[in-house]
Amino acid sequence: MIFAYVIYAITIILLVFSAIRDWQKTKKALLKAWKAFENILPQFLGIIVLAGIMLALLNPQLISQIIGRQSGWVGVAGAALVGSVTLIPGFIAFPLAALLLQNGAGVSQIGAFISSLMMVGVVTLPVEIRFLGRKVALFRNLLAFAFSFLVALVIGLVCA
Amino acid sequence: MRIKIKGLQRYLFFALTLLGLCALILFQPAVGRKAWDVTLYSLKEMLLVIPPIFVLLGLLDVWVPRQKMIRFMGAGSGLRGILLAYFLGAAAAGPLYAAFPIVGVFMKKGVSFRNILIFIGAWSTLKIPMFLFELSSLGVRFALTRLLLNIPGILLMSLILFSLLPAAEVQALYAKAEEMDE
Repeated sequence: MIFAYVIYAITIILLVFSAIRDWQKTKKALLKAWKAFENILPQFLGIIVLAGIMLALLNPQLISQIIGRQSGWVGVAGAALVGSVTLIPGFIAFPLAALLLQNGAGVSQIGAFISSLMMVGVVTLPVEIRFLGRKVALFRNLLAFAFSFLVALVIGLVCA
Repeated sequence: MRIKIKGLQRYLFFALTLLGLCALILFQPAVGRKAWDVTLYSLKEMLLVIPPIFVLLGLLDVWVPRQKMIRFMGAGSGLRGILLAYFLGAAAAGPLYAAFPIVGVFMKKGVSFRNILIFIGAWSTLKIPMFLFELSSLGVRFALTRLLLNIPGILLMSLILFSLLPAAEVQALYAKAEEMDE
C-alpha cells in the first residue's frame, strides 16, 4: 500500500506544478480525468461486486482437491480456467495461493492459476473490448491463457 | 455525448450484480456476508488506488504534446519505447481494467500499438509492488521464475499479437479512441 501513497505523492506534486504553470489547463485535465472515470465507473462497480460474489463462492479446500499435486495437466487447465474467470485483488490472491499450496495444491497448478489470474480477464473483457476491439482483446486473453501453461511447466521444473 | 443518452442503462450490469449480492445475502447469509466483505474491500482498494491514475491520465492528455509522445513511444521509438512501456506498466498500481482507459489516451497520443501491448502486459503481471508481495507469499523461487518468464513472454506475446493484426484494424482502433472522450 506504500506504493499507492507514492503514486499519490507524484500525482499531487505534478498537479501543483500544473496549477502553477497554467490553471486553465489544469482544470481541463481534471475535467478529463473525471469524465474518463465517470465513463468507466458503472463497469468498474459491476466488476467489483461480481468479483466479490465469485470470491465468496470459492472454497479453498475444494479448489485444492481439484488442482492437487497429482492432478497433472487436467489440474493445470482447471487452475488456469479458475484464474481466468475470477478477479481477485493481488493482496488477496497471493495469500490465497499460499493457502491453497498448504491445502495440497500442486505448485505447477498454482503457477498457472496466478499467471492466468493476473493476465487473463474474462470478467473485464467488455472493458477491454471497448478500448482494444474484440479481436485484440480475445487474442490477448487466449495468448495469456496459453502462456499460463508454459508458466506451469517451468514453475513445476524449478520449484518441485 | 451518446454517453448521456445511454444514461442509466450503463448501470444495468452493476444493478444486476447488486441484485445477485442481495439474493446471496438473503438466501446464503454466510456466503453473502463474505461476498459483501470482499466487495467492500475491493471498493476501498479501488477508491484508494484509482483516482490518481485518472488524474495522471488527465495531466498526460493536457500537457504532453502528441509529437513528444510519438518520439518517445511511437512507431519509431525503438528500444527506448519498449523499455518505457515496460517501465510505465511495472510502475503502475491498480487492477488491469484500470489500464484500459490509459490505453485510450496512449492511442490518442500516438503511442505505437506494439508498445501499448507491452504496457498492458507489464501492467497485468510485472507490477513492482505485486512482485514484492508474491515474493513474501510464495517464495523467491516461485516469484523470480515467473518474473524471468514474464519479461520475455510479454514481449513475445505483444509481437505475436501485433503481427496478427492488419494495419487497417489498428488504425480503426486509434480512430475510435480519438472520438471516445469528446
